[in-house]
Amino acid sequence: MENITQFTGALTINHYLFLSSVLFSIGVMGVLLRRNFIIIFMCVELMLNAVNILLAAFSRYNGNQSGQVFVFFIMVVAAAEVAVGLAILVMIFRNIRTTDINALKNLKW
Amino acid sequence: MLTIAFYILSALTISSALMVLFSKSPIYSVLWLVICFFSITGHYILLDAHFLAIVNLIVYAGAIMVLFLYVIMLMNLNKESEPQKPVWLKFASVITGCLLMIVLAGALKGYSELPPAAITEDFGTAKGVGKVLFTEFLMPFEVASILFITAMVGAVILAKKHVND
Repeated sequence: MENITQFTGALTINHYLFLSSVLFSIGVMGVLLRRNFIIIFMCVELMLNAVNILLAAFSRYNGNQSGQVFVFFIMVVAAAEVAVGLAILVMIFRNIRTTDINALKNLKW
Repeated sequence: MLTIAFYILSALTISSALMVLFSKSPIYSVLWLVICFFSITGHYILLDAHFLAIVNLIVYAGAIMVLFLYVIMLMNLNKESEPQKPVWLKFASVITGCLLMIVLAGALKGYSELPPAAITEDFGTAKGVGKVLFTEFLMPFEVASILFITAMVGAVILAKKHVND
């Protein structure tokens, strides 16, 4: 297959570093900002994806495919995590009838 | 040309990620997150990770997001049932996120301007990644299948309605 970025030097690793740090910060901001536990879970997925972009970028700029295999394993673990996590959230919702994370503060202090 | 594509995709990624945070209805949040994952797929294509692009499209934008959508529809969530935080707390969290971004960007700023390495013909394709996956990483790959079975059984047990008897 044709390699797309073979002939370019304009895009450096710094672009990807900055992009993924911005995405990661948006994920952290979402965890702090929202109260719905499903949205918080989605923001955690966003942070995982920020890290995935960075791993793929380093794999490309080092010419080593192991980084892409790591991304693949992160996706595998994320899929399993989402299945179990959503099952737990459905069970919690069935018990307390709300998605407010503030209803679950007994372990807070 | 490629730089322009990168900037367009980045703008799409970041704006849709922000819309995930700031849209009121959870359904809209999920749909914006799907758009965000589509643009991340575009980034993978720019990075010559063809296999990862397809896997990201199928697994993340396809399977995981549909799972989220199903759960939100099962819980019957909408704009009215959405819990809200007080305004000062929202401001505090936005400021905290911006500070984290500044710290990360400042810490990573001095990184060397690494040029893209010369790569082989099958870099990032199913052939190339598969070769690495089934030689160097065979053991973790097999362990991942055990993880999946465990997760499947666990999800069924957790989500099952307990019969009191």
